[in-house]
Amino acid sequence: MKVEPWLRQLRRLIGSAPIRSGGAIAVALLVALPVLVVLSSLAGSGPGAWVALVGALPRYVGNSLGLLLGGGLGVLLLGVPTAALVSFCRFPGRAWLDGVLLLPLAVPAYLLAYTVTDLLDYSGPVQSLLRTWFGWQHPGDYWFPPIRSLGGAIALFSLTLYPYVYLLTRASFLAQSSRTLEAARSLGCSFPVAFRRVALPLARPAIGAGLALALMETLSDFGTVQYFGVETFTTGIYRTWLGLGDRAGAAQLAGLLMLFALALILLERSSRRQARFFDTSAGRQVPPPIQLTGLLGWLATLVCLLPVLLALVLPLGVLIQLQLQPLDAEVLPDSDFGLLLQNTLGLAALAALLAVAVALGLAYARRLQPTRLIRTSVRVAALGYAVPGSVLAVGILLVLGMGDRWLAPLTPEGRAVLSGSLLGLVFAYLVRFLAVALSGIEAGLEKIRPSLDEAARSLGETTTGTLRRIHLPLLRGSLLSALLLVFVDVIKELPATLVMRPFNYDTLAVRVYQYASDERLAEAAAPALTILLSALVPVLLLSRQLRRSHQSELHL
Amino acid sequence: MSRSLLRSAWLPLLALLGACVAPRADEKVVNVYSARHYNTDNALYEAFTRRTGIRVNKIEGKDAELIERIRSEGVTSPADVLITVDAGRLWRAEQAGLFQPVQSTVLSRDIPADLRDPQGRWFGFARRARVVVYNRAELQPSEIRTYEDLASPRLRGRLCLRSSENIYNQSLVAAQIASRGATATERWLKGLMANVSRPPQGNDTTQIKDVASGVCGVALVNHYYLARMLDSDNPDTRAIAARVGVLFPQPTHINISGAGVLTHSPHRENAIAFLEFLASPEGQQAFVRGTHEYPARGTAAADATVRAFGPFQADPVNVQSYGANNAEAVKLMTAVGWK
Repeated sequence: MKVEPWLRQLRRLIGSAPIRSGGAIAVALLVALPVLVVLSSLAGSGPGAWVALVGALPRYVGNSLGLLLGGGLGVLLLGVPTAALVSFCRFPGRAWLDGVLLLPLAVPAYLLAYTVTDLLDYSGPVQSLLRTWFGWQHPGDYWFPPIRSLGGAIALFSLTLYPYVYLLTRASFLAQSSRTLEAARSLGCSFPVAFRRVALPLARPAIGAGLALALMETLSDFGTVQYFGVETFTTGIYRTWLGLGDRAGAAQLAGLLMLFALALILLERSSRRQARFFDTSAGRQVPPPIQLTGLLGWLATLVCLLPVLLALVLPLGVLIQLQLQPLDAEVLPDSDFGLLLQNTLGLAALAALLAVAVALGLAYARRLQPTRLIRTSVRVAALGYAVPGSVLAVGILLVLGMGDRWLAPLTPEGRAVLSGSLLGLVFAYLVRFLAVALSGIEAGLEKIRPSLDEAARSLGETTTGTLRRIHLPLLRGSLLSALLLVFVDVIKELPATLVMRPFNYDTLAVRVYQYASDERLAEAAAPALTILLSALVPVLLLSRQLRRSHQSELHL
Repeated sequence: MSRSLLRSAWLPLLALLGACVAPRADEKVVNVYSARHYNTDNALYEAFTRRTGIRVNKIEGKDAELIERIRSEGVTSPADVLITVDAGRLWRAEQAGLFQPVQSTVLSRDIPADLRDPQGRWFGFARRARVVVYNRAELQPSEIRTYEDLASPRLRGRLCLRSSENIYNQSLVAAQIASRGATATERWLKGLMANVSRPPQGNDTTQIKDVASGVCGVALVNHYYLARMLDSDNPDTRAIAARVGVLFPQPTHINISGAGVLTHSPHRENAIAFLEFLASPEGQQAFVRGTHEYPARGTAAADATVRAFGPFQADPVNVQSYGANNAEAVKLMTAVGWK
């Protein structure tokens, strides 16, 4: 490719270290701005009206901790053993299960909550059937696990979020060259010992990253816990801000929550730092070493099948059954389904591309110059993932509002051009989901040996050239995964979309919310099914990518 | 992924962004932020456009968030009208200075005085009653005459409630604080908490289903959820609703679905025309069609199912008290452990 001289100079300027790190810090700060605005309400304001909620604070903290511990344990128990089984054992249905274990990623937690409650509530079909069978009359006649409870919420988050752990752990197991395990075994380790002492420690950074993503999403959830009547820190923030109308108080609580999230991230970081391994040998595709036969084999099948049945097949079934029920005539059929789908997918694509581009830039800047300033900026930029969507949305609206007031003299009517624009909405997704893209890309970059960078540079390649010719091809799998993950997350996103979208611009998730908030679950089934199906496509691609990456990425 | 693919993907996306920023000139519009989510509202907006030629742009969302959005947008806000489904929220928007006074002879003639702000900053267009539903097999309607009776020890373990997060419950409690004082209200709330059969959860429809299936004997809901179930095209839903009776406590707490013209409204005339349309017979009919609300004009319900609930003695709507006491209500509810 021929390059104009001025363009080359521009590139050199952009490629220069101070500009590059300055740019990275600027972008990181821009993304972190809404979070910082929320936090800055802390300054100069006394204790807010939330003091009135002090009595409830222990409940909030207790439930939030319970959710984190229970949910964390849940995603580990569902994600790690399944990834290990599929990677190292042969059993009936293994290849097929390898493909479907990731699919529950397409299910928004709130959809699973609606459908599971519909199914398992006292007035739902399951308990009704049990009552007819056993002749029970009243709720007091028998015990049934309460669905809308802390336990129910833990189960639900475990089921919808374990794919994050599965995804990253499975990728890590795949990337470990089978020779590492073979070496361990030839040194006399039995497989369980080799697994525990070699494979698992090698996968620990990946497991930690998946766990951190799942926990941050748990912290930020509002819809599900509210529906289940579980009071968490997030419902407390919501109640203070939008119930008591106390911005300062809510910001103080949100600040506490973010400190919590930051602690989580640091914990994950430090565990990763102690275990920084570079895969120095090329892997090669071999059949999993352990053959599970008979009952043991089928048990493995069951272990891998169960989460998929509960998290995907069950809500699908309920939605399809709801869809078949007669709908109320006063609810007009949706004539604009195509438009809803188009809006949803368009937004998701745009946000995913942007998030991946920004994440790549930040991750690479951090790799080139891991100064404290850059590292901190990147961390703070990723904090948005742990902030409840509606709180974040209000922070973003404040930032966009400020921008609009600056821009007002330049616009013909002096009206908002950022707030209520698609640009603003995409910015919101970037703030919210940058962590998802960043996590995958950073993990991918870490796998690339620094010696490769040094080799490229010593052969006269520039930093941008190294990125383009060495890192990008090696990172292809990670980039695609990050793209697909953000894409799916945006399809599922509700609170920010709801309050920030432009006029007459609805998405599938918004439509589901509109019906659900009007307490019309049956009518919500059609858009809900469409969300599920349209999120399934990228997840299937992701699943294929995961298994392919092994062959394409590591054969150098 | 090839670079050319990436490049070709950017162009339509940029075009998409541009299309949404560019305003269309020479068109009469009114921009509505609405907390209502009824499919039938689309028919309402279309009827308005047919009558006036003014196109309705809308964003539907949660009222508290929409209020925050208007506050953040400030003078640059494109919104002309805010519609909420709760009087307390109208009051909060009014307190934040979001509404401007509107002098309209049509509105002051057609909307009863207790459903509108004396200065014309907001108007109620439909009424919703917070009623008691009871299981016909378990309870006699004569057992409950007031909201106070729900705290009676006779109902121990037989009351279903939804979360105190819910604005309808908050406004009910705020109204009780206004009429009976904070101390009596707190005692009443403690009585309610002693009576609940399960932790507060679900939505109003959940409460009706739980009363029907016998999880509890009584529950508090907005009247139209029951009316909708009775009117449902799904026979199973109708069967559930038939097991449930409705009674209107004396006096019945009323909330409103209302709207006002925003302070920085760019299309003030159109916004007033929109409100006046909502108050007209045609607008009123369209506003409550399919929602089973009581219209603001007149006292009769619009549809047969709600008419069959019978007449009731309504507590005058005192929006001031719903709004001003909201924070106090949330505090009391939190303090007594109403989740």
